[in-house]
Amino acid sequence: MTQERLLEVKDLKVHFNTPDGIVRAVDGVSFKLDRGETLGIVGESGSGKSVTCLTSLRLTNLESADVSGEVIFKGRDLLKITKEELRQVRGKELSMIFQDPFACLHPLYKVGDQIAEAIFAHEDCSKQAAKKRVVDLLGAVGIPRPDSRYNDYPHQFSGGMRQRAMIAMALVHNPDVLIADEPTTALDVTVQAQILDLIERLKTDFNVGVILITHDLGVVADVAQTVMVMYAGRPVEIGTKDRVFSQPLHPYTWGLLESIPHVDQKGTRLVPIQGMPPSLIRVPPGCPFHPRCPHRFEPCDKDVPELYDRGGGHPDACHLSIEDKKRLWNERERRRRKVAS
Amino acid sequence: MGRYIARRLLYLMMVVLIITLATFLIFYVMPPGDPAVAFAGKTPTPEVIEQVKIQFGLDKPIHVQYLTFVRNIFLGDEYGWPGLGFSFDTRSPVKEELFTRAAVTMQLGFGAAVLWLLVGISVGIVSALRRRTMVDRAAMGFALFGVSAPVFAVGLFALFVFWQQLDWSPGTGYVPIREDPGEWLAHMILPWAVLALQYAAFYARMVRGNLLETLGEDYIRTARAKGLSERKVIGKHGLRSSLTPVVTIFGLDFSLLLGGAVLTESVFNIPGLGQLVISAVNRSDIPVVLAVTVVAALFVTFMSLVVDVIYGFLDPRVRLS
Repeated sequence: MTQERLLEVKDLKVHFNTPDGIVRAVDGVSFKLDRGETLGIVGESGSGKSVTCLTSLRLTNLESADVSGEVIFKGRDLLKITKEELRQVRGKELSMIFQDPFACLHPLYKVGDQIAEAIFAHEDCSKQAAKKRVVDLLGAVGIPRPDSRYNDYPHQFSGGMRQRAMIAMALVHNPDVLIADEPTTALDVTVQAQILDLIERLKTDFNVGVILITHDLGVVADVAQTVMVMYAGRPVEIGTKDRVFSQPLHPYTWGLLESIPHVDQKGTRLVPIQGMPPSLIRVPPGCPFHPRCPHRFEPCDKDVPELYDRGGGHPDACHLSIEDKKRLWNERERRRRKVAS
Repeated sequence: MGRYIARRLLYLMMVVLIITLATFLIFYVMPPGDPAVAFAGKTPTPEVIEQVKIQFGLDKPIHVQYLTFVRNIFLGDEYGWPGLGFSFDTRSPVKEELFTRAAVTMQLGFGAAVLWLLVGISVGIVSALRRRTMVDRAAMGFALFGVSAPVFAVGLFALFVFWQQLDWSPGTGYVPIREDPGEWLAHMILPWAVLALQYAAFYARMVRGNLLETLGEDYIRTARAKGLSERKVIGKHGLRSSLTPVVTIFGLDFSLLLGGAVLTESVFNIPGLGQLVISAVNRSDIPVVLAVTVVAALFVTFMSLVVDVIYGFLDPRVRLS
């Protein structure tokens, strides 16, 4: 299968000017997305994952933000095209679904009409035809009795159904890229699995590229091919899912992996990452993770580690040598299993 | 829905009755002077006062007086339905006077309402969209002035400038529209503008605040993300949410106004309900006071019912039951 590059973000920086200082929400993020690929972006709250994606579609509050870098979508820089060109990309070629489906639908309009509006935004279409398409889509995303549900208001939908409706809205024009910003965070676990299945199925059916933002590594393990781990506005590690999960290279990723519960490893202690994520106004000098890192050594609080392949097979941003990384990770794994047994 | 409205109408009656009872008691317990004495001529003899008392029905115990009053409202009196009695002062039926006055107040209120809605809402929208620019600051400065400037001061100042100095306005007073539509309009413009000013100022601030809050909502981001033009995002999704609460406030403001715009009517010498009730209170003309109270209470309670029904249509989350 030939790969088609859909989206390439190059050195994206988003700095917000606030009365307290400059918030470096995103500080040099680069990644690529091909057709048919799912990229999982993982990180704690405030690590800049949502801002990265919102900024790609220029949905951040740009009045107070300094944005630099490039977001190349099918050959065009989304940060530079005109508003009208951007409007034609939004919802048609590049769609987005959001974290909180309760707040994302307009409370005063019918759900079906809100989806139909996405059709009318990009093509002339009779009302009946639009309604038919919406009803079909609502059925396709698993909403029962879509015909009568068309006329419901958002408050008459459950959380899972609202997220399904949002997905239907995102898919009306068969977009090339779907960005899902924590699509399951606000939902029950059972509903979570259904929504993830749905996104996975749609990815195959419509052959889109998906960016899945989450703080849940378990979600990434289920659906992503590529994983980018972010910390304090920067990527610290990026690689295929198999590599990142089996041979993680960054101590922050280790911490994340150790804090997921495993059903098959009964009795394993969950190890939280010590400390708090840093303030993005005063990011620690050197590696932003060093104050929380148990393996820090001299250069960590002075030199900012760049993101590149240090021989570990995929890029990471940690000063430790590849031998140390392998040794430390294996030690940590052994210790964890010992506690389990 | 039908049952809801019926229940609300019943409730409305009760509110009006309670308000009239309170008014009745106030004037019975604390009269500014014996009405019978006040209206019995210059140097009344006790016999004349006694006669006037009987004529006014003031000789009967208070509960009989009140029940007669209530009965007359529902069943009518010798002047027809609704029975509001006669004015102690003019000895003529209150009803006709009341309706003439109410019509004048309504003309004042409608004109002002149109003005303040147009100005207030558009200034609010522009201010919100041009937030923190000179336009916004100027508009909000104007709004602050409008909210805090008392009507009598602004009214007198406007009269001084536009009547005394510039001679653009024909001055105070009221000309019925049937007599001379041109003069009617010329006399109404200034009162409309002065009355509308403080409401427009308040509405501008409210609409600005609502719109700014709405534009920060997640569903506005959704609207942008699906590729709607900025015009539609703000004009449809933004305004729909931010103007819905305005309906409620407007209903109440407007109904309160229909009970008499006392200050504006006084400054511009417009014979509306406000002026009527002020002079009636001063003279202890109790039937007139009560009649205006009933009308004002009816306006307010009825409008709040109308607002609730309209709101049920505007906001699907509000269920009427």
